[in-house]
Amino acid sequence: MSRRPLLEGLLLAMWLIVNESLALHHWLLGTAFALGIAALVRALRPQIAHPRRLGVALRLSWHVLCDVVRSNLAVGRIILGTLRQQPKIGFLQIPLEMRDPHGLAMLAVIITATPGTVWAGHDPADNVLTLHVLDLQDEAAWLQTIKQRYERPLMEIFE
Amino acid sequence: MSGAELSPWIALPAAALLIAGGLLSLVGALGLLRFNHFFARIHAPTMGNTLGAGCVLIASMLTSSAVAGRPVIHELLITVFLLLTSPVTTMLLMRAAVFRSESGRDQPGDTP
Repeated sequence: MSRRPLLEGLLLAMWLIVNESLALHHWLLGTAFALGIAALVRALRPQIAHPRRLGVALRLSWHVLCDVVRSNLAVGRIILGTLRQQPKIGFLQIPLEMRDPHGLAMLAVIITATPGTVWAGHDPADNVLTLHVLDLQDEAAWLQTIKQRYERPLMEIFE
Repeated sequence: MSGAELSPWIALPAAALLIAGGLLSLVGALGLLRFNHFFARIHAPTMGNTLGAGCVLIASMLTSSAVAGRPVIHELLITVFLLLTSPVTTMLLMRAAVFRSESGRDQPGDTP
C-alpha cells in the first residue's frame, strides 16, 4: 500500500507556521514532532484516507467558500425577518451513494459548517443522510446541491 | 509601532472587515434570541463561527502583517481549528436533540 505522508506534512507545516520560522532547527524539530504525532494517531485510527485529485478538492473548497458566504447572508436575512414570520424548519432525507468514511466525514463538516443546514444523522444500513434545514422551501434544490455540488466531488477525491 | 502609523490602505479594509464580522456575529446572536425552536436556534451561531470569524481573522492578518512588516499567517491555523471543531459540537447537539425528540420525553422546541 503506497502512502503519502499527508498528515506528517500538515503537522510540519503547522509547526513552521506556529514558530514563524524556516530555520533548519525548526525543520528538524517539526519533522520529529510530525513523525511522532502521526505514529501515535495511526495507533488510534488505523484506517488511512487516500485523498486524490487536488484540482477537484480545490474547486470543491472554492464552492464551499462561496456557499458559506451566500448562506450566511441568507440566514442573516431570515433572522432579521423573524419578527414577521418564523422560518419553516424541516428534516430532509437524502439517499447517498458515497460509502467512504472520510468522504462522509468531510460531507458532514461541509454541511454543518454552512449556516442553515446541519447534519442530523446518517443511517449506515441504507446510507441515507438526515439533513436539518433552517428554511425548507425547495427540497429538490437542497437534494441537488448535496448530491451534485458536494457528494460527487467528494467521491472523486476519496473513493 | 502603534496603530496610528498604519497606512489607510490597511486600516480601512481592516476596519470594514471588523465591522462586518461583528455585525455577522451580532445577527447570529440575535437569531438565538428570536427563533422559537431549538432546531432553528442551532443554525444561528454558525454565522459567527464561519464568515464572522473569517472577517475578523482576515482583518487580523492584514494589520499584523502591516505592523510586523512581513506576512503573518497564524490566523490560518485558527480558521482550520474552527472548521474542525465547531461543526462537531453542532452535530453533537443536533444528535442529542433528535434523540430526545424521538424518545418522546419532551419537545426540545417548546422551551423558548
